[in-house]
Amino acid sequence: MGKDTHAITYPRFLLRVIGQSFEGSWRFYLWMTVLTAIALVGANAWAHQLVEGMRVTGMSDHVSWGLYIANFTFGVGLAAGAVMMVIPAYLYDDHEMHDVVILGELLAIAAIVMCLLFIVADMGRPDRFWHILPGLGRFNWPISMLTWDVIVLNGYLFINLHISGYLIYTRYLGRKPDRKWYLPFVFLSIGWAVSIHTVTAFLYSGLGGRPFWNSALLAPRFIASAFITGPAFVILLLQLVARLTRLRVGDGPIRTLTSVLRVTVLLNLFMLGSELFTSLYTGGTHSTAVTYLFFGLHGKSALVPWIWSAVALNVASAALLHLPASRGSRAFLNAACVAAFAGVWIEKGMGLIIPGFVPSTLHELVEYVPSMAEWKITAGIWAVGFMVLTIAIKVALTVLTGEMAVEPRSGDTRTGEHAPPLMH
Amino acid sequence: MTQTTRRVALKVLGATLGASAFAHAMEPLRAWSKDLSLDQFLQRHYKELTSEELAEGIRRLERETREEYGREVTIRDIRPQEGVQFGYALSLSVCIGCRKCAEACHVENNHDRRTNNSYIRVLEMDQGSFDMEKGDATYEHAVPAKGKYYMPVQCQQCDNAPCVKVCPVQATWKEPDGIVAVDYNWCIGCRYCEAACPYHARRFNWTKPEVPAGEINPDQGYLSNRIRPQGVVEKCTFCLHRTREGRMPACLEACPTGARVFGNLLDPKSEIRWVLENKRIFVLKEELGTRPRFFYFFDV
Repeated sequence: MGKDTHAITYPRFLLRVIGQSFEGSWRFYLWMTVLTAIALVGANAWAHQLVEGMRVTGMSDHVSWGLYIANFTFGVGLAAGAVMMVIPAYLYDDHEMHDVVILGELLAIAAIVMCLLFIVADMGRPDRFWHILPGLGRFNWPISMLTWDVIVLNGYLFINLHISGYLIYTRYLGRKPDRKWYLPFVFLSIGWAVSIHTVTAFLYSGLGGRPFWNSALLAPRFIASAFITGPAFVILLLQLVARLTRLRVGDGPIRTLTSVLRVTVLLNLFMLGSELFTSLYTGGTHSTAVTYLFFGLHGKSALVPWIWSAVALNVASAALLHLPASRGSRAFLNAACVAAFAGVWIEKGMGLIIPGFVPSTLHELVEYVPSMAEWKITAGIWAVGFMVLTIAIKVALTVLTGEMAVEPRSGDTRTGEHAPPLMH
Repeated sequence: MTQTTRRVALKVLGATLGASAFAHAMEPLRAWSKDLSLDQFLQRHYKELTSEELAEGIRRLERETREEYGREVTIRDIRPQEGVQFGYALSLSVCIGCRKCAEACHVENNHDRRTNNSYIRVLEMDQGSFDMEKGDATYEHAVPAKGKYYMPVQCQQCDNAPCVKVCPVQATWKEPDGIVAVDYNWCIGCRYCEAACPYHARRFNWTKPEVPAGEINPDQGYLSNRIRPQGVVEKCTFCLHRTREGRMPACLEACPTGARVFGNLLDPKSEIRWVLENKRIFVLKEELGTRPRFFYFFDV
């Protein structure tokens, strides 16, 4: 076995990874079957959208982006927020966080895959995707923010694929990972995570004709909310992993992430308040989108229930996280995480993308309500995201706990509890 | 052993079911790919086409129009003239809001009949106010209404065009005579330009345009009024298939009051130059720095 080169062991590793993704308990099969069914419904709706055109959506020339771009924006935040595991682990040298980093990176991969799918779903001509490939197509770089976004998102995907792939593969080989092959990329990923959400914010804030988005605070707000969704999701994920697998992660990471959340939920609310103040106190045409969003305008109020539920969820999660009771109770903490996740999903989605278009640039009030086709495609993409995440975590954990290795080590019954840490 | 084979059999069954369900879900794509030829898929950007490739593409488009819409059309690639910079002006004192311009645009540019699309939107505004917030683009009463004035808005052919800036694939650009054009065969349909335009001047083809054969304008330009494919963005081109040959835009010809003035900004004897030099003119949303080529003026 020792004389085998990577040319032989790596394809064999990949084959076993594929095999492993079709292997599991009845719970795993049930979960994957449900996700597959939802993904198929979405795929079918997308096929219809492609044939009949985007008129099957609720979008119009007035509101030309809708649920897809809303979810895309949220997904970028989730991917960026996943790096919140890396910052305490490596910048502040919290060793307990090291094992959690890999979960964050797998989450980032799943989130970016979703983002790319949302972009494809939003394209009028997905058959022309190659026009946006560097080298093949024509890149409007460095002027177009969308071109930047393509670069940073794909770059982030590759960085995370590399780090997690390298660590899992070396563990599979039973070798100690070489720091120079992952540590520089880990630090790169921190800066890169900030860049993906900053560039995504610049997509909107760079448009002078859309006063609702044209704010310097947009990028900081994006980062703050990203650092809510990433930790909130990972807190829930860690508990699930502890319940369903043999990997044991101590309470330390959850405590660290909760501390992060306590700060970011407040920061997010503070910045939302600052934006509201500038808009509403000044008044004038710059405030019309905000007025429409929060209170409705000229009898039109499609977004009002959305934004107030977002505010309610964000305030509720902030309150829950700061109640002394939340320190001892996982139920409180979990409720706060779910509320924060849902709150940001609405705020960064329906509460951010749609009011940018209402009123339109000629100040017409044309409302937008997502169509059934859009909901189906959106659900389908989320299902694919969860499938990617499930398989990635499953494969990572079977390697991490020593169940899958290049050669079964006799007498080696190490499980996650005793296994040496994945990264150093 | 039996345990293993049963498990394998179940997996094979599951995989087969999954694959056939996927094929079934994607079934509608058969109808879509029928319309998509390999040549069309591989066609390069307008600026990279050799004259033979462009001629080839034009023949294909003419053939497709014949097959899909039942009309013989001529598509020409008309290039900008040397020493010509187009400009447009509109008198707000004269415009009565009849929307003949929008109608003419609809017919000239082979717009989708079902949505009654047009590149021009006419705002009815309160006299004494310039607050677009109080404007109305969907009025249905007789015009001109008392106490109102009318402001038609179309593409301003900005010299610092936000739409051109944001396009990720350079599918839209500014031509040497000042017209902002779109390569309908290169646009990926991301609609970022539509989000960026401060004048609501861009339109997306949410579906395949419907135009009865008898109503199709057969005089078509490659970069202007040819029937657009589904899923791409389009816009006003100052009727470049007409104006680059010395004719006037369709909206100007249709205007019953003579509110519209179009011409070459470089020609000192042109009417547009006279207007710019003798009238009080302004542009929309000047503060955004888009530098429009579409000017409004009052007869005072």
